[in-house]
Amino acid sequence: MATNQIDPTKWVDQYSDYLFNYTIARVNDREVAQDLISETFLAGLKSMKNFKGEATERTWLISILKRKIIDHYRKSNSKKGKAEVRINYKDEESEGDWLEERVADPFDKTAEDSIQNVELGEAIFNCLGKLPEKQARIFKMKTIDDFDTEAICNEFDITPSNFWVIIHRARTAMASCMEKDWL
Amino acid sequence: MKLKTECHEANHICDKNQYKEATFMEKVRLNIHLIYCRACRKYSMRNSKLTKAVNNPTVQTVSTSEKEVMKQRLQEQLNSSNS
Repeated sequence: MATNQIDPTKWVDQYSDYLFNYTIARVNDREVAQDLISETFLAGLKSMKNFKGEATERTWLISILKRKIIDHYRKSNSKKGKAEVRINYKDEESEGDWLEERVADPFDKTAEDSIQNVELGEAIFNCLGKLPEKQARIFKMKTIDDFDTEAICNEFDITPSNFWVIIHRARTAMASCMEKDWL
Repeated sequence: MKLKTECHEANHICDKNQYKEATFMEKVRLNIHLIYCRACRKYSMRNSKLTKAVNNPTVQTVSTSEKEVMKQRLQEQLNSSNS
């Protein structure tokens, strides 16, 4: 069932934001994340013949990306042991290096919080992917990248009222897409 | 000034307000409209929740210049594999 076609020239525009959000949540470093995505695209290109068309392009790219992330951690793990981390008290009075006494304070962000945020990013880009391409791009520019209305109007050659109609449609679609889990 | 605000106008103001682009007068009109219009109240609530979700600092995008770099790398690879 080879229904899904593959088109590498559109990958960057269509998937880089989604993949980037996925990666940044897992490696926590912009540059590493970008390298990983770039590598993913290149690897995808090389193994394009193996794409059977059973999954969507995005699922397929994500599965490559997952391996790249694992590889990244393997590499950084093999460097382990070269640097030693010592846990010491900051003041001189107390002695010893008890790990238990250095647990994070409970008012800090909890793991649940950050997991939620990770999933939120994925949900947003997932919903964005379902919008028509132009709508998605305009909405993203306006809402996430904070472009001026005028700048966007110029770039897409549309009138402001046209622009607001597009924004309105995008917002309605996004809200109903995310409503179940997030709003 | 027109006193009665239609729903589609109210929605338009609400959309603008999400980007802090509504004027003071528009906000007054929107709020008066929201007093008696339940549907628009619901829309406004959803709209501001969406704004809050999207403005979450963990939601990041790749900048256009970075995308260009990626595109170039991809294109080079494409060309070299074709030739």
